[in-house]
Amino acid sequence: MNAVEFIISGMLAAATPFLLAALGELVVERAGVLNLGVEGLMALGAVLAFIVVYHGGGHLLGFVAAGLGSAVLSLVFAALALGFRANQVATGLAIGILGQGLSALFGKSYESLTVKGLPKLAFPGLSEIPVVGRLFVEDVVVWLSLAVTFAIWAMFAYTRVGLVVRAIGENPKAAHAIGYPVIAIRVAAIAFGGMMAGFAGAYAAAVYTPLWADGMIAGRGWIAIALVVFGTWLAGRIFLGACLFGAVSLMSLAAQATGLDVPSQLLSSLPYLVTIVVLGIISADRRLLRLNGVASLGEPFER
Amino acid sequence: MNISAATFLPALVRREHASLVAAMLAPVAALGIAIFLNVGLYALIGRDPATVLYAMLLEPFLSWTSFAEVLLRAGPLLLIAQGLAIGFRAKVFNIGAEGQFILGAIFASAIPVWFPQVTGQWIWPLMLLLGALGGALWASITAFWRVRFNANEILVSLMLSLVAAQVLNYLLLGPWKDPAGFNFPQSVMFQNDAMVPTLIAGTRVNVSLLIALALSLAAWVFMQRSFMGYKLQVGGLAPRAAGYAGFSEARAIWLSLLIGGFVAGLAGAAEVAGPLGQLQRSISTGYGYAAIIVAYLGGLHPIGIIFSALFMAVLYIGGDDAMVSANLPIAAVRVFQGSLLLAYLVAVAFVRYRIEWRRPHLWSQP
Repeated sequence: MNAVEFIISGMLAAATPFLLAALGELVVERAGVLNLGVEGLMALGAVLAFIVVYHGGGHLLGFVAAGLGSAVLSLVFAALALGFRANQVATGLAIGILGQGLSALFGKSYESLTVKGLPKLAFPGLSEIPVVGRLFVEDVVVWLSLAVTFAIWAMFAYTRVGLVVRAIGENPKAAHAIGYPVIAIRVAAIAFGGMMAGFAGAYAAAVYTPLWADGMIAGRGWIAIALVVFGTWLAGRIFLGACLFGAVSLMSLAAQATGLDVPSQLLSSLPYLVTIVVLGIISADRRLLRLNGVASLGEPFER
Repeated sequence: MNISAATFLPALVRREHASLVAAMLAPVAALGIAIFLNVGLYALIGRDPATVLYAMLLEPFLSWTSFAEVLLRAGPLLLIAQGLAIGFRAKVFNIGAEGQFILGAIFASAIPVWFPQVTGQWIWPLMLLLGALGGALWASITAFWRVRFNANEILVSLMLSLVAAQVLNYLLLGPWKDPAGFNFPQSVMFQNDAMVPTLIAGTRVNVSLLIALALSLAAWVFMQRSFMGYKLQVGGLAPRAAGYAGFSEARAIWLSLLIGGFVAGLAGAAEVAGPLGQLQRSISTGYGYAAIIVAYLGGLHPIGIIFSALFMAVLYIGGDDAMVSANLPIAAVRVFQGSLLLAYLVAVAFVRYRIEWRRPHLWSQP
């Protein structure tokens, strides 16, 4: 298998942790809330799923535990940011630190252990295509993530729920005035974001690289937050961005494997450097951000 | 008015004036809440809460040697947090102090690594200066990206921290590895003149603690007494008003990040030129992240931060003690730090708000 085939066959799986976490954060930000705790939420989900799978609970139960655990932690964020109107930046950072601490605490006796991942399912017909066909041999979580991407896109584009969430993010006072429960919907969005971050962590630790190591999320939660900006708050573009990061993280692996004469540390920093560069390119277009951005992002709502 | 569950919950009502009493009590209340929650956690994972609390919060004070270690740890936290707080008050969220700290350590190490033979008492001050410049340089990338490209400084500064850790790895595994170091990822040991002089004989506390205290005083003068500090605070509290008054947002961003990077770099330099005496992988033990908590816990006020830095240092040393005496995983310190900041954010809500129990309006309204 050459490098191109390697990247094509692994890209979607590598993209999935980014994608799931970023889609969750997309819904949270669309409702007008900035949750910077994604890294910690992912770490907690990762360790919970790993522990369940390691003890033979199976992947389904592992994902449920991860989704529930991270959703509960994100509800702590909701209680502070919405209930006590605490600074959302500081609250998100605190949740991130707490989540990473809890994951290290729970995962202490599982350090460097491994579990079995999930089998790959081939999409009949499409997987027969030479080279590109490798894209269509993925595990069930990847297939589901694609479905969720589509569902979230359709929700914001066509459904009433999507419009209400967007209205609350754009102008919570007006949404409240016409009778929508701003706080309740924001809490629901935050819990959904937490659950998705939990799934993202679960995929990272129990399927993608099925092992537990402290700090294994390695900035992927932060990149997911950046992805929401890259995708200018649109599900389709977030998916493309996630694929880009999936490919970049594989590129560094492929380059190391082929013995390219580049320091491995440079390759490891590649995703972070790409984030910085792309963030600069997208953010420089202030019109684009104003057009697609969320007007009340990060501001507390007071009646 | 619609009747919902929220009607029966107590409501936060904005106070006429910020409550000074609540502001003073908030850190203490936060500490109480955090202790309460974490004791529950210790019991849950089967550790004796009394033993843990004794080791964590009291033992650091019980001997002069362990208290000296507290002072040693408080130095970098104090330095970094003072710089971060200035930015946070201007609503410039530099959370990449960890990377600026690492770059400071690297820049400072350049002298002893490249010139291991030179002597002279000028070396360590020059190293501290170089380190501070290195931190400021690393932070200036974030400032440039924010001012020139409008990129979010939280994400850029954090990504740069992750890159900085890789730069450190590269140097220690490659060009700066000690050839006589049995392949360990560390630099040569620094010569004596590359070490910050000890402040208290018999301990590892060095002159950098005095620098941290002096800079705390400078931060107080800057924020409370200078026009520039006033401009920064207005920019944070009322960005529009600051704009109308002609206070430049770009200048506030540059200043906040450069100050933050400068002191974080200084802290990194003092770490390699102080307790470590060489560049190692373990220089970054999360001081840059812990300092964010220190800054908030100190109310973003230079005097408050002195106390919160001291407390956070106690937590580090106490965590080590509890690891030994109660077999507490060291991750418990991070859990405590996170929950402490969360508890503080709850407590500090009562500075601006008071709680009002609403009576259901079913019978009070016509």
